[in-house]
Amino acid sequence: MDFNDTPEEATFRAEARAWLAANAPAHVLPEGERLEDFDEMARGRAWQRALYDGGYAGITLPRALGGRGGTIIEAVVFAEEEGRYRLPKGPYISIGLGMALTVIGKHGTPEQIARFCEATLKGEITWCQLFSEPSAGSDLANLRTKAVPDGDHWVVNGQKVWSSWAHLAEWGIMVVRTDPTVPKHKGLTFFVVNMKSPGVEVRPIRQISGASDFNETFLTDVRVPDSDRIGEVGGGWGCCMTVLMSERIGSGSERESIAEMIDYARHTPRGAGAATALDSSAVRLAMAQALAEERGEKYLQARLRTMISRGEDPGALASMIKLAYAGRNQKSLGLGMELRGLDALAASGEAEATQKLQYEYIWSTVMRIAGGADEVLRNQIAERVLGMPGDIRTDKNVPFDQL
Amino acid sequence: MNFDLSDEQKMLAEQACGLLAERSAPERLRALIGESAEYDEALWRELAEMGFLGAAIAEGHGGLGMTALDLGVISQELGRANASLPFFSSVVLAAEALSQCGTEAQKQALLPAVASGARIGTFAYAEGAADWHALAPSAKFAEGRVTGTKSPVADGGIADFAVVLVDAGNGPALALVDLDQPEVTRRKLDSFDQLRAHYAIDFAGAKAELLTGATGAGPITRLLDIAAVQAAFEAVGGAQACLAMARDYAMERQIFGRSLASYQAIKHRLADIAVAIELALSNAYYGAWAAENAPGDLPAAAAVARLTAIAAFENAARENIQVHGGIGYTFEANCHFYYRRERTLALSLGGREVWADRLIAHVAR
Ligand SMILES: Cc1cc2nc3c(=O)[nH]c(=O)nc-3n(C[C@H](O)[C@H](O)[C@H](O)COP(=O)(O)OP(=O)(O)OC[C@H]3O[C@@H](n4cnc5c(N)ncnc54)[C@H](O)[C@@H]3O)c2cc1C
Repeated sequence: MDFNDTPEEATFRAEARAWLAANAPAHVLPEGERLEDFDEMARGRAWQRALYDGGYAGITLPRALGGRGGTIIEAVVFAEEEGRYRLPKGPYISIGLGMALTVIGKHGTPEQIARFCEATLKGEITWCQLFSEPSAGSDLANLRTKAVPDGDHWVVNGQKVWSSWAHLAEWGIMVVRTDPTVPKHKGLTFFVVNMKSPGVEVRPIRQISGASDFNETFLTDVRVPDSDRIGEVGGGWGCCMTVLMSERIGSGSERESIAEMIDYARHTPRGAGAATALDSSAVRLAMAQALAEERGEKYLQARLRTMISRGEDPGALASMIKLAYAGRNQKSLGLGMELRGLDALAASGEAEATQKLQYEYIWSTVMRIAGGADEVLRNQIAERVLGMPGDIRTDKNVPFDQL
Repeated sequence: MNFDLSDEQKMLAEQACGLLAERSAPERLRALIGESAEYDEALWRELAEMGFLGAAIAEGHGGLGMTALDLGVISQELGRANASLPFFSSVVLAAEALSQCGTEAQKQALLPAVASGARIGTFAYAEGAADWHALAPSAKFAEGRVTGTKSPVADGGIADFAVVLVDAGNGPALALVDLDQPEVTRRKLDSFDQLRAHYAIDFAGAKAELLTGATGAGPITRLLDIAAVQAAFEAVGGAQACLAMARDYAMERQIFGRSLASYQAIKHRLADIAVAIELALSNAYYGAWAAENAPGDLPAAAAVARLTAIAAFENAARENIQVHGGIGYTFEANCHFYYRRERTLALSLGGREVWADRLIAHVAR
């Protein structure tokens, strides 16, 4: 066991650090500045292009796909170093790199790989994910959007929802039903869809944060060429699994935020005299427990990465980290607000830090829902790790049109 | 980075797990309780022969010179088996105290005997409900003699010697006391943990010598940090045993026409425990690694290992009985060993408040 970098990792870190020092500052987002979505995405594309030119786009992606062909540990090291700068790296980039490239790389044809990989790595194409529907979230295979063949095209009709950044994306990865006469997981097919196609209509949804990052996407008689189909007809579920697995491996945070909170508490006056928030044993206990869990997430992440880098199957470890992180993060942020007292509700001074905390507290709800909701992950851990029985289901082996 | 046990460590875990499952099976533990045994003497001898008692003792002092992580692997398995042994008292606390703070003569005199099992040590620090953690004990050391009462002292009945937390006149210190002398009186207490005996020990001017490396709070708290990491491994092992028991019972038990394990109320609870265990184990790994490779981070690493491991064990021990229902309340169902041991681990070396404060104090400012 060794928690430190190996000599090779240390060399890579030094290289990455030097490259970032030379290239990142020009792309850093100024603290406190709030950009319009379009501008933020433009900066995201520019930074992605810089990464590509520097040889740091798609670190774990095989060279054949235009990536660096590096190890997962190198990707982690780079992310740690990159994380020192406040760079434009939103879902508009990560959906393309983490999901679209993964699924195209694994299930796509050489022609599809040539069309999309390099352009995505360069930030020239941005992507959205068209999976969820009003009646299909955790139960994704319950989706109703359908595609019927028409010559060498498919005609798609239906509605997707919660489509993050679909209002600005050029392309979408999409799963639809192509055969309603077989059980629900079997009748699905996977496509990439040009978001500028006639019949694609994206309507923003107002979110609890006040922003509108996600959308409803209506698909009306959208014609998708068969050459944009990824994998086999009826093989859509396997493609979805490829995407969802990569989503889970990427979750959890690199940032250690509890130490910052403790520091804040140490400098925040409370009550009379010289007392600070940290003089309260209740605060210390709550902070210590949060920090202990945060550290546990970090070291469990290290175990996971060790396993992946050796090609071992980490089982449901990634789900465990996500479940632990999502719940703990929400609690910690709530606690962070309590530390600020009433100032957390409406700040008199230091408004920026308070607004950030407020926003993060709102956003923490998402972590528990998207990318595998808490309850879904608990089921998965109970079933895969502990070998407990699956939930009783009434929809198994029943053709979709008879449900 | 390589954050996993080595193949040798995995083999060590397997070997210890297999042996303890056989020798320290629930029937054996129930029998030991029935006999009011002080400890499982036969098993202790066997572990000595296998070298486990000297695992972390230096080769020059009769041990195997292995790492804190190797010792942790053994602690975890002892926790899983809920073994009735003075391992934590003798091999972890007393031997570490000697290794860290003893003179060469003290080490030569005692460490080989601890490693071979010929002598058992214990660590006498508490003085009743008083907050010993301030390291201001009322037990005194002066002119080669210790005066005062320590209570409770784990394994105090079978120990041959004790490392005693004393006030040496100029601050806290550790005194080495041979317990076999007329100035020492031991009184057996009614121990909540039926598999770990506790004693009150009176020192009426008992002959003693100081561990000269242990003057002041620094070396003593370092010893406590090292021990806390081992206790965390032990707690993780106990929690893993509880989770396995609860899961196995739920799989067998039929309720309302189906397996109890098929209900989400049970699945989700056990999934949460499984997660808590993995977080705690990861923290324990880091703690053991930091003990030798990142000493500056040891206080924080020990505290986080301790806090998460006890939290996991606490929940697992309670929910294990809950999942069992009425049968969980019976002596025969074996849940009680862990329910009691969990409290022993949770309160020894200081409760959560103490470790929370240590952690906060060590977070970089
Ligand atoms: C900010 C945000 C961005 C998103 N972006 C995208 C995107 O870009 N593209 C996209 O396709 N989707 C996106 N999603 C959708 C996301 O994937 C879904 O919200 C998620 O899959 C959960 O589905 P749902 O919302 O339908 O909730 P449901 O599945 O209806 O879940 C509701 C509740 O039921 C619980 N539950 C579900 N199944 C079980 C079960 N078997 N047993 C017990 N309890 C259960 C859940 O845990 C949850 O608490 C986004 C969501 C959010 C919040």
